[in-house]
Amino acid sequence: MSASSETKAEPGRRIQFAFTNEQEQFRSALRRFLNDKSPTTEVRRLMATAEGYDPAVWRQLSDELAIPGIHIPEQYGGAGFGMVELCIVTEELGRALFCGPYFSTAVLAANAILNAGSEAQKSNLLPAVASGARLATLAVTELNGNWDPAGIETVATPDAGGYRLDGVKSYVVDGHVADLLIVAARLPKTVGREGLALFTLSADANGVERRLLESMDPTRKLARIDFRGAHADLLGNLDTGAAPLIRTLDQAAIALANEMMGGAQAMLDSAVDYTKVRVQFGREIGSFQAIKHKCADMLLDVELSKSSAYCAAQACAVNDPEWPALACLAKAAASETYLHTAAECIQIHGGIGFTWDNDTHLWFKRAKSSEVFLGQPSYHRELLMQRWGV
Amino acid sequence: MSKVSEEQVRADVRAWLAANWDSEMSLVTWRNKLADSGWGMPQWPEAWYGRGLPVRLARVVEEEFAAVGAVSVAKSGVRLLAAATLLEHGSDPQKKNFLRRILTGEDTWCQLFSEPGSGSDLAGATTRADLNGDHWVVNGQKVWTTSAHHADHGLLLARTDWDAPKHEGLSYFVIDIKQPGVDVQPLKQMNGHASFNQVFFTDAIVPAENLVGGVGDGWKVAMTTLAHERRGADGLSTPSKRGTRVGRIHAEERAELETANQPYKWYPQRAGRVDLIIERARETGTNRDPHVRQEIAKLMILAKSAEWTARRARAAQQQGRPQGPEGSLGKLAASHVARACAHVHTLITGAEAMLTGSGSPREGIIAEILVSVPATSIAGGTDEIQRNIISERVLGLPKEPRFDTGPFRNVRRN
Repeated sequence: MSASSETKAEPGRRIQFAFTNEQEQFRSALRRFLNDKSPTTEVRRLMATAEGYDPAVWRQLSDELAIPGIHIPEQYGGAGFGMVELCIVTEELGRALFCGPYFSTAVLAANAILNAGSEAQKSNLLPAVASGARLATLAVTELNGNWDPAGIETVATPDAGGYRLDGVKSYVVDGHVADLLIVAARLPKTVGREGLALFTLSADANGVERRLLESMDPTRKLARIDFRGAHADLLGNLDTGAAPLIRTLDQAAIALANEMMGGAQAMLDSAVDYTKVRVQFGREIGSFQAIKHKCADMLLDVELSKSSAYCAAQACAVNDPEWPALACLAKAAASETYLHTAAECIQIHGGIGFTWDNDTHLWFKRAKSSEVFLGQPSYHRELLMQRWGV
Repeated sequence: MSKVSEEQVRADVRAWLAANWDSEMSLVTWRNKLADSGWGMPQWPEAWYGRGLPVRLARVVEEEFAAVGAVSVAKSGVRLLAAATLLEHGSDPQKKNFLRRILTGEDTWCQLFSEPGSGSDLAGATTRADLNGDHWVVNGQKVWTTSAHHADHGLLLARTDWDAPKHEGLSYFVIDIKQPGVDVQPLKQMNGHASFNQVFFTDAIVPAENLVGGVGDGWKVAMTTLAHERRGADGLSTPSKRGTRVGRIHAEERAELETANQPYKWYPQRAGRVDLIIERARETGTNRDPHVRQEIAKLMILAKSAEWTARRARAAQQQGRPQGPEGSLGKLAASHVARACAHVHTLITGAEAMLTGSGSPREGIIAEILVSVPATSIAGGTDEIQRNIISERVLGLPKEPRFDTGPFRNVRRN
């Protein structure tokens, strides 16, 4: 293990421990937009729909704040920022529990194309993603629920200048609304990390059958997708193997960690606000040490995990060699913290916190599903140990 | 304060060092020169051994000292807390009497605040000082006093008015430790070390002119001392790389530091020694145990997050931003890290964790970790007090109802 934060990456580019004023301004603008467009009344309305998002608000977010392509280079129609800005977006979206195909389109699919795609594919595919016009997602996990790419069983068989996909993908985020599918599959007769590659196809292609799953967190829609001889194109080439996919998953883990910290902060704020107004035994419950200490611990937990989420994003942005390890670290930390903070928020609210009408359960369910999404904390802790060579 | 440029300060201090620095001089002679010239504490006022420079320029002076390997004024122990408190609240005769010998290292100081009956509730002190003509008579007991056994002076918080409310009945004194009425006894800790003392006062004498601030100002003056303690005394670092330098003055300084640092030898163990975890897991083969791997990862995640949280706080400060919540959490985070370290060290060490002494793992260091970590969540403010502070000052939660108002005489106490 090395002291990650001391590592010098590219000359002149080091991990920053503070956001710039421009980044803070961007965050504020986004937060204002979300306060206005994504109050919990809207979250509740959209989560009850099959699509799960409002196309008009998605278009506005894309046009006014350019967030689907925030991290996509300008030559492909994006805003040309990087991982830090992408994570500011996911943190704010997580805080507002925004319902929309962002994680699928911008975090998973756009990064997969950037990491794996040829120059021509990037030029061809990314502009519509960056503009928000085309929704996309990445299908990795299968019915076995394994996040390790080695567990992929979907087969891509060479066929007529392209490939034929056979297999079943599950837990595909926004798989029910995506226009473009990026599918992780393996060549026939390969095992483990060998023979893996990414493939693209249109969601309405022949041999693709999509089914919306009933997800515990209704603000993040999941789909099962069956491929029966569906025709797909190879994204990039076969030489790179699983590397672009792993890189994409690591970046997604960092973006998810930041998203979770936005949600955790919302839960902490909600809990603290409630302790100042709820009166029992003739005093605000926030004046009891049992509650004060719980809140102090929640704050500590949130700030510590935020530090790892921010540090991982910064490390990735400057391509510090430690960043893949930090992705695991940040995901494991954020998973534990978000769930714990949401659970404590319910506890502090008491009985009302367990009701459907109280908003806390919306974040609790996101916390619970995010804990597992992209791999449980124990999976990431083990991966961290491996990446540190322990 | 006149405006001075960095270049000017650098040139001045360089010229002065070139003319005066000599590593064969005696430590006290050299430090008297530093006091006279103001280069020893350049951020102090010109009237009192300083040059009135802003901290930013004092760092420049420090860099120039480091460049030629020049020794600084004495900084160890609580002497600079004493100095900062006297500079802010002391009378001119007090400054004249004490400041120079603080800087030269001739006098050692200790802090007499905590008592057996008032730990977290420092303002509940019951050591009393009663005025008798031209002097105060002190009776009572202090505890957790570092260096009292070789100190010359103590910063004493004592009750002078029992009818005033708790915080208003305290006064602050400089007391001569080497007098018959003061009895210093070592306090042996659960880890076997005796880094602190208990100090007993039986009709000990403080001359009236050693009252710091006014009668009843003790709490306010003590807050100044504690604020400087939290800030790290003077806000400047002490130069490193002392070990290798040759010359009489360096030898004298090393001897001074060895005495001063004696009580702190076990402090790295108190913090848990996260640095040993992975080596120990490898040397015991427990790094192959999936459960141990999970626990190591949890600990390292906690330790790294705490480190990065401190860096965030520092980065925000450097950018001139108001301090966010991340700046108040370091102490509580350190407690968690220490406890988690003790847990994982035990997991890794197994049955050998029942042993101690030179025959036990790492010549007793692991055992010392296990019996020293409990200090971390107590010393310098318990975790519970930290949580009160964080919840009230950072999160804005309401205070608990109080039961210690009115005349202190009537307040319940130990």
